Amino acid sequence: MALKIVKGSIDRMFDKNLQDLVRGIRNHKEDEAKYISTCIDEIKQELKQDNIAVKANAVCKLTYLQMLGYDVSWAAFNIVEVMSSSKFTYKVSCSQLQLQSVDAVLITTIINSVSLPLVTQDLSSPNQYDTGVALTGLSCFVTPDLARDLASDIMTLMSHTKPYIRKKAVLIMYKVFLKYPESLRPAFPRLKEKLEDPDPGVQSAAVNVICELARRNPKNYLSLAPLFFKLMTSSTNNWVLIKIIKLFGALTPLEPRLGKKLIEPLTNLIHRALDLLYGMVSKKNLMEIVKKLMLHVDKAEGTTYRDELLTKIIDICSQSNYQYITNFEWYISILVELTRLEGTRHGHLIASQMLDVAIRVKAIRVFAVAQMATLLDNGHLLTGNMQRNGICEVLYAAAWICGEFSEHLEDPMQTLEAMLRPKVATLPGHIQAVYVQNAAKLFATVLRKQEGTTDSLAAQETSQLLIDRLPLFVQSANLEVQERASCILQLVKYIQKLQQKEVEVAEEVTALFAGELNPVAPKAQKKVPVPDGLDLDAWINEPPSESESEDEKPKAIFTKEEPKHTRPRHTEVDEKELARRREARKQEQANNPFYIKTSPSSQKVYQDQPGVEHIPVVQIDLSVPLKVPGMPMSDQYLKLEEERRQKERSERKKKEKKKKREKHGRGRRADSGPESEEDITPAHHVDIVTEEMPEVCWVLLQSGYFIPQVMSAQFLFQKSTKHKKKKQKKEKEEKEKKKKKKHHHHHHHHHHHLHSADESVQNGTVEEEEEPLPVRTWPSLLTHVYDVQGNLQDGSQVVVSVIFENKTDHFLKSMEFNVLDSLNSKLQRPEGSSPHDGLAVPFQLPPGVSNEARFVFSVQSIVMPQKLKGTLTFIVKTEDASTHEKLDFKLHFTCTSYLITTPCYSDAYAKLLESGELKSSSLKLEGVIMPFHHLLARICFHHHFSVVERIDSCASMYSRSIQGHHVCLLVKTVSTRPPYISSLLL
Amino acid sequence: MIKAILIFNNHGKPRLIRFYQYFAEDMQQQIIRETFHLVSKRDDNVCNFLEGGSLIGGSDYKLIYRHYATLYFVFCVDSSESELGILDLIQKMYEKVCLSLQVFVETLDKCFENVCELDLIFHMDKVHYILQEVVMGGMVLETNMNEIVAQVELQNRMEKSEGGLSAAPARAVSAVKNMNLPEIPRNINIGDINIKVPSLSPF
Repeated sequence: MALKIVKGSIDRMFDKNLQDLVRGIRNHKEDEAKYISTCIDEIKQELKQDNIAVKANAVCKLTYLQMLGYDVSWAAFNIVEVMSSSKFTYKVSCSQLQLQSVDAVLITTIINSVSLPLVTQDLSSPNQYDTGVALTGLSCFVTPDLARDLASDIMTLMSHTKPYIRKKAVLIMYKVFLKYPESLRPAFPRLKEKLEDPDPGVQSAAVNVICELARRNPKNYLSLAPLFFKLMTSSTNNWVLIKIIKLFGALTPLEPRLGKKLIEPLTNLIHRALDLLYGMVSKKNLMEIVKKLMLHVDKAEGTTYRDELLTKIIDICSQSNYQYITNFEWYISILVELTRLEGTRHGHLIASQMLDVAIRVKAIRVFAVAQMATLLDNGHLLTGNMQRNGICEVLYAAAWICGEFSEHLEDPMQTLEAMLRPKVATLPGHIQAVYVQNAAKLFATVLRKQEGTTDSLAAQETSQLLIDRLPLFVQSANLEVQERASCILQLVKYIQKLQQKEVEVAEEVTALFAGELNPVAPKAQKKVPVPDGLDLDAWINEPPSESESEDEKPKAIFTKEEPKHTRPRHTEVDEKELARRREARKQEQANNPFYIKTSPSSQKVYQDQPGVEHIPVVQIDLSVPLKVPGMPMSDQYLKLEEERRQKERSERKKKEKKKKREKHGRGRRADSGPESEEDITPAHHVDIVTEEMPEVCWVLLQSGYFIPQVMSAQFLFQKSTKHKKKKQKKEKEEKEKKKKKKHHHHHHHHHHHLHSADESVQNGTVEEEEEPLPVRTWPSLLTHVYDVQGNLQDGSQVVVSVIFENKTDHFLKSMEFNVLDSLNSKLQRPEGSSPHDGLAVPFQLPPGVSNEARFVFSVQSIVMPQKLKGTLTFIVKTEDASTHEKLDFKLHFTCTSYLITTPCYSDAYAKLLESGELKSSSLKLEGVIMPFHHLLARICFHHHFSVVERIDSCASMYSRSIQGHHVCLLVKTVSTRPPYISSLLL
Repeated sequence: MIKAILIFNNHGKPRLIRFYQYFAEDMQQQIIRETFHLVSKRDDNVCNFLEGGSLIGGSDYKLIYRHYATLYFVFCVDSSESELGILDLIQKMYEKVCLSLQVFVETLDKCFENVCELDLIFHMDKVHYILQEVVMGGMVLETNMNEIVAQVELQNRMEKSEGGLSAAPARAVSAVKNMNLPEIPRNINIGDINIKVPSLSPF
């Protein structure tokens, strides 16, 4: 008997457990069904045994089989039986099975009869996990009968001491309500109580249940709204917040008053979301995000929320100096669209954005001016709601932009008329003032145009128009308007007199407003050095003492003085005064378009000014935002932008295909993966003054890298002949003498190459050889600067980037670049073309413009310098004719062009030197005057070396060629003797 | 309400399923297949929410999923659940599942992504534990993962102590089975007791 038990136990050891089952199934891929059917038979056997552990194991396996799609409902009875076991482990496995599948009435009855006592017993178990598992199990197979019988038990559990049980009980109540709705009424008070349970888990469960209930019948839960409202404002649990907001979504249609109450907390939540947007934008998605926001703006009810959206749109767009805006035309149209909002308080914000963009983005001015002219023309639409809001502030910007950049106006006369309409007199004073001033600027432009066409009558008519209209402004109550108007009126009258004498005045009038407006960076003042001997902190005159100031106070003449008027301390007065002045200055600056505003906070300007509110105005209340004809919709830009990027992308791809195997190139550019941020080139090149004015001027090349301007200046097209070059070389050598020693197989070449490299300031040398050419009509025709770069991926390729700059006054087109191939170096031409064909330069050059083209060369040996002769042919287009021109040049591939800056650690470097595989040579240069670190920097920059180690005036440097040669360089200065350079090449 | 939680691999094989509404087994399989077809053809960089398939309730239900290495974790929910909330829950749950599986399989040094799918199958019961603590009867029970982990750990400890001595032989055998023994004796003869060793699957 004892043995039998042992045997049973050992037998059991070899029963299949879940892992075995899984393995078995995996190993019987061919006859899986058959294998599983034997397994099911085994499980059936196991379920018949007395041993509860065996049964539990069987149930565990059933769970897996159920997942694979096998019907397990036949085992329902056994499952419930295992569930009743006293061991936690076995129970858990049961609750994993899905027993709702037991739909046969018979089995349901079994469950009801068997499980009820079992579950009841568990529910009252002292072990919280037993109870927990029982509840979990119940959630799977609760039936109406079970629900009815267990409802009161579960309700008791809702007040259990353990939160773990409480939350499960609360949650399962929902299932009970579904199956046995009568239980809802008695259980509800307790459920409501749980909304304020100290445990967040229980609270969240209660919210969960009530939300589910409310979805089915929202009306009954209206009374809970205040409680939920409290929860929403106090809870930090996002999950609960989401649920509550969803609940309110169901409740508000029933109780409209709720909507009003919800606005504030919900707007707070939305603000958070909007703040997220702020950080989320990129060049790629900005337009789309703003488009979505604009839709919300259109839909939004309530001006507060709409204003909030408006400020967010502007914030998002203008952040970090308009970093994410690629198309400013689009942005201007967005701003123009925003002006159509009714009742916004942020007119001044839009206005300042318009000014900012128009001033700083030169390329946009033509477009901006056209838009602003339309705005002015339709100005009456904006003035309709003038009293309530600041949208008419946009007219301030519009008038100023039209005036300042009036040369871009298509029809300045029309705009001038629009600015002098009598209706303008209803605008706030400061706007009128700008109107008057800019009308004068426009007047100058119009005169110029009209005098240009020798239509003196028209010019006189224009003057008459001003003389007719300006008196209205002279009568203005606003001092500023009055003063400017009367000044200008007198001026125009004088001009008219001159005109009648047939004197041309346009030049002089224009001179009144001459001068390019340059944006000033907010910190520009810092750059102005304080003159010697000026102490800004010192008092200009002696600070008056307190007693003195008391004495100095003028005696009150008409009224008695306040008896004890203690003056605050001097410094305080100062601070207050300063603050006041600062405020005043800010206001002044904000009104002054010549200042660039940095923060939106300083822009709340015009609001407080005494407006002309008292003037009665007929209010045109437009319920529908008018679409003003001729104004562009920003949406179209989204499409255009998409197309533009598409085009760019395909072009880029084309380019990349051409130089498929070209090296990764200069830094971040050549990344051709999915479109990255940097790849989106802005449609407009923009002068944006950043925080600091740059110390050095950089020429921004289209491709996105920087080349110091100095360089292009140095390589003006020059008629350098051979001996001139030599002379140059000599000079250079005097300037920077080095000593060099080497003995490697390319001794001679290397030597040579270092010389030639030294000679140029940059890595590739430029010699434009205009051999014995006749003097041309355009002496400095073209400038090339070029840079030779090795290709990391392909050891036999170099990329030559040539910058062509058109120095002529004529248009250059059909440029063709051709190089006479040598045995060693060949220009890579498209397939199918002969080795004598030139490569077309993929752009044309308008006068004064520069652009960059890249050419790929295949090189066989990189240990010798190369000189390639080439020609550039192009067509010069003058007004009357176009001529073919030819330009010869030479390309120098120095050995260092093939080097790639590679960092090296000193230990690796030491090993390399020890290896003995390096060939060495040395060279001495005399009379180097530049400081040692400059010398190093030069070598690093122009010859692609990196400094490994530097000790005093001795440095070891390292570089690597594209074919993997190591190049080590030792530079040494001997105090009395010149630096000593030795180079080693492997 | 959550209607179902499905975990399947890149080939659509179910690795863990949990339905909170009754579906017959064959229907469950069809739903898994349909969901797999909907989810698997989506790029990794597109939205993680989509409308449910026709079998599970169509546009009233949303599928919210995440794709981890070889596994898809899919939640099918109705409109009362927040997509982002569920997405967050999936991520948290996945992390915890991985963490606890790591404890079970004691393969801290292994690259977990690779063992995850297999371990999920072998330790399905443990994953079910976690799931039970997260979602109960189709409703989210707890979102605080620390709380969940604490509960699961306590339960594991309890299970171990319950197993105690009586579970020792089974554990030993299981350990032996998990070892890669070249051969296991087919028959063990102890006197007249002949214990037949069931054919063990090769590993």
